Amino acid sequence: MASINRRDLISALLGAAALRVTGCSTGDPATQRLKIEGELFSPDFETGHRFRASTAFRKSSVAGQASRAAEPIGAIDEWKEIPVVIVGGGIAGLSAAWHLKRSGFEQFQLLELEDHLGGTSRSGENHGFQFPWGAHYITTPMPENTHLIALLQEMGVVEGLTSDGKPVVAEEYLCREPEERVFADDHWQEGLFPVAGSTQEDLDQLAGFHQRMLEYSLMRDEQGKRFFALPIALSSEDTQSRKLDQISMLQWMEQQGWTSSKLRWYVDYACRDDYGLTIDRTSAWAGILYYASRLQNGVQASQDVITWPSGNGHIVKHLQASLKEKLQPGMMVARISPTEQSERPASCELVVYDKVQKRFLGYRCNRVIFAAPQFVAKHVIEGFRPERSTAAQDLPFQYGWWLVANVHLSSRPSDPGFPMSWDNIIFESKSLGYVVATHQLGIDHGPTVLTWYYPFADANPSFTREQLLSVPWSDWVEMVLSDLEIAHRDIRSLVTRVDVMRWGHAMVQPYTNFLWSETKRLAAMPDRNIHFANTDLSGIALLEEAVHHGVRAANEVLDSFHDHKTAG
Amino acid sequence: MLNRVPLFLLYLNVLVIAICGLIYELLAGTLASYVLGDSVTQFSLVIGTYLSAMGVGAWLSRYIEQQLARAFIEIELALAFLGGISAPLLFVVFPWVDWFRPLLLGTVFSVGVFVGLELPLLMRILKEHLDFSDLVSRVLAFDYVGALIASILFPLVFIPYLGLVRTSLIFGILNACVGLWSTFLLRPLLSQKHVPGLRWRSLIVIGILILGLFRADQLTLIAEESTLGGKVIHTMRSPYQRIAITRKKGGFQLFINGNLQFNSVDEYRYHEALVHPAMVGLRVPKRVLVMGGGDGLAVREILKYPSVQEVLLVDLDPAMTELSKSFPPLVELNRSALLDPRVSIVNQDAFLWINHAVEPFDCVVIDFPDPSSFSIGKLYTSHFFRKLKAKLHEDSLVSIQSTSPLVAPKSYWCVIRTLESAGFSVRPYHATVPSFGIWGYALASLSKTDVDRFILPIAASDLRFLNDESLRDLFVFPQDIQELTPEINRLDNQALVRYYDEEWHGFD
Repeated sequence: MASINRRDLISALLGAAALRVTGCSTGDPATQRLKIEGELFSPDFETGHRFRASTAFRKSSVAGQASRAAEPIGAIDEWKEIPVVIVGGGIAGLSAAWHLKRSGFEQFQLLELEDHLGGTSRSGENHGFQFPWGAHYITTPMPENTHLIALLQEMGVVEGLTSDGKPVVAEEYLCREPEERVFADDHWQEGLFPVAGSTQEDLDQLAGFHQRMLEYSLMRDEQGKRFFALPIALSSEDTQSRKLDQISMLQWMEQQGWTSSKLRWYVDYACRDDYGLTIDRTSAWAGILYYASRLQNGVQASQDVITWPSGNGHIVKHLQASLKEKLQPGMMVARISPTEQSERPASCELVVYDKVQKRFLGYRCNRVIFAAPQFVAKHVIEGFRPERSTAAQDLPFQYGWWLVANVHLSSRPSDPGFPMSWDNIIFESKSLGYVVATHQLGIDHGPTVLTWYYPFADANPSFTREQLLSVPWSDWVEMVLSDLEIAHRDIRSLVTRVDVMRWGHAMVQPYTNFLWSETKRLAAMPDRNIHFANTDLSGIALLEEAVHHGVRAANEVLDSFHDHKTAG
Repeated sequence: MLNRVPLFLLYLNVLVIAICGLIYELLAGTLASYVLGDSVTQFSLVIGTYLSAMGVGAWLSRYIEQQLARAFIEIELALAFLGGISAPLLFVVFPWVDWFRPLLLGTVFSVGVFVGLELPLLMRILKEHLDFSDLVSRVLAFDYVGALIASILFPLVFIPYLGLVRTSLIFGILNACVGLWSTFLLRPLLSQKHVPGLRWRSLIVIGILILGLFRADQLTLIAEESTLGGKVIHTMRSPYQRIAITRKKGGFQLFINGNLQFNSVDEYRYHEALVHPAMVGLRVPKRVLVMGGGDGLAVREILKYPSVQEVLLVDLDPAMTELSKSFPPLVELNRSALLDPRVSIVNQDAFLWINHAVEPFDCVVIDFPDPSSFSIGKLYTSHFFRKLKAKLHEDSLVSIQSTSPLVAPKSYWCVIRTLESAGFSVRPYHATVPSFGIWGYALASLSKTDVDRFILPIAASDLRFLNDESLRDLFVFPQDIQELTPEINRLDNQALVRYYDEEWHGFD
């Protein structure tokens, strides 16, 4: 396996423009010259592969995988009995736990492989700053998204409801102005679209695009459902609009005659930002959803953004605090063995590896809420849906890689034009720019942390997974700084620390034809006494979807107990 | 050899040299008076240094024995470069260096030495070729004529139309052109191998100065030469803001980021109107909070009340509060308010400080800068005002400076309406401050305030602007100031910053 040279890494992932600015990226890495500290993080790839790759029920594993052959599962130290086990402590699993508890059901345990809860909504803390490691905002939910509104009310984020059911968000949690800016032609300007320097044609097409989104946001079916709603389960089942899933966002824009390269960049940015996919691979339905689901009552402005210094980690912390001992991180579920559904009460055995105590535990339960991603399911669940493999091969669940860097600065960088905002993006960069961790706190001077995002969105990746995993921390830092340097010439002299997170398989991708595919529909159905609840079941990785699936799966489990009682 | 050159060209050379030399001297003197004040001292020092340096130069000229023409051109170029960049260099470095005076006089001295070297060398070069007595009389005559031209045009044309920075650069370029021209004029006296080098150097000097000329606007802006419109007597750049103090018309003025904060001539009107309505509404104000107001002038007014036991000043910038404790004219103006034992100072962004739990205050005086940026606009939001309520008791009074209701009515009423939306009962009021125009304030409280009952408890001799009648009149608005109902200023819309930008931008 050839390792990647730093120049190739930067030019392939950011484009030649970033190299031109850097100029010095062939010499010593900036980390050495400037004494920048930092660490390279990733989810626990290792434990995941250690016991799961081949277990007793995967006898058919090809011999060629021997290099990744898993260790055999050891003797079970202790058996525990509990009615419900939730596997996975991302927002979906936490929401399932939250919904069970608030429904008065407390006999459950949540197990999470990582040492931290929250999945891609995790946050970090260092040198007195809090910052996101992934998802960092939600938009104010529409009145119909009742579960999320209830959660936000419990958190004190939503202070009440208007007479027509709209949530009223506390001022301190709404994104503080200035909210967003874009760097183009050597200066920053307000907003995400670089209006200055655009032609009248660009602006006309932009206006046409927004007008179209407004029309889509106003469309309702006979039952009064929106055509594009979050969570998408609340969307209309209208087949005509769902046909948009069969073409890419780019094809759809071509059909509309929108050829402006600026408008394409703007929409491409949105697709990469929310889905980690470029405009030519994103389903047009998903692309339109990004805009149309966030417009209400014919108002041109999108629903207000809600954000916290720690991003969506704030929601994780709230759930963590209210669920406390029900949550157990550092627990790797190695095997789930359900019994046949005919048995009542259904029962299920789990083999779990405790990473801290380095021992195996067994759990016997009636129901499992599987809130880990689909790609883990086949390695863990004994006899997992053999009948569905054909459909899944045609349109598999696909997940994107992301790189997130938290860049600590000793003071604010030079900044031509519109002042530093919450979201700061660089026109035509392949990165997504950065959000500022101190913005929402109102700290406008002195040290801060920038959280920089990069989705590996290319259809034909330049590097393999193994190559990317071998890239050293200092080269990732060089890439981050090369991008930031386009807008902040003095950034290198201000950086004190850069922590880098490599998210593998982080976000499910709504590529064309996937959202209404059979694969996706079946994946959400229970398998024997296992109920599924992960964001990927929606095909888009948004917090609204995670909460929806968590609550839905919890309700399925609650119903099963209820049915059992009434039957008995 | 040189006989073939028309004589008037040589004398023209002398004339230009003479003009340039005097211009550099005048520039240094003017610049020193601008930034340091006290023009008599500055001009005296500059002229003295310059003349003595010319003497040193003339004396040094005897040590140059060979290649006189080449030495003359080299000196010409050095002088062109140093003189040309002198004004921009001194202007730009002034706010950042503590050794400005040595740098200024060092520059003047070096320029003087070069000028002093010029004429003796030129006369020695020419004496081989011309009649000596004729030469001396003509060279000196042209030299003095040049000085006359320079001294007349400098104040009448160059400074008003070009400004210090451009004048400096243009005369540097002219001077370097003389150097270049001399390589042709004195060609027969130069050795073949030196000519290309000299010409290249001339072109490089001319190039650098022309480049400077293109950036002159930027240099001027940095130096704030044109923006403040007074003589800058003190400037500094803190991590938060640029602070400048200027002097004109019998008073001094404080600027933050180029915006006037007060003029010592009429600040008493502004500060009496800011502080006393909030103080007189209470029988015995004891604990007072001041936010912003690092100049100590609001605190000065507060300390006029003998009942006051504690004043807490929250101001972002330690550089500002330090200046108010140590810069003599300011300490005199604020009557050493910030050195008073009753006063404690917290240097923190009030937006962050407001989250700390403290005992309630009887009176709060808010003197933030105008909401010209988002980082200041957040201090006028409904969020901030709601947090402020936790610092008050039922009878506390709050006064807030709220920009001009005449020039920026939407901004002014936006502050009033935002206070109301946060649950305050608000009385808008105003005062006339000549340096600012009609200025607006808000008196806010948690319960209704009866301003008609206001009586000043302190001796009238202690106040210059307010008496009982004029205090009540502050609350009466004339016809041309009508109530408006603009948007509420919230963190997530920063409506005020947008109004302010719209209204004051048009005004400026």
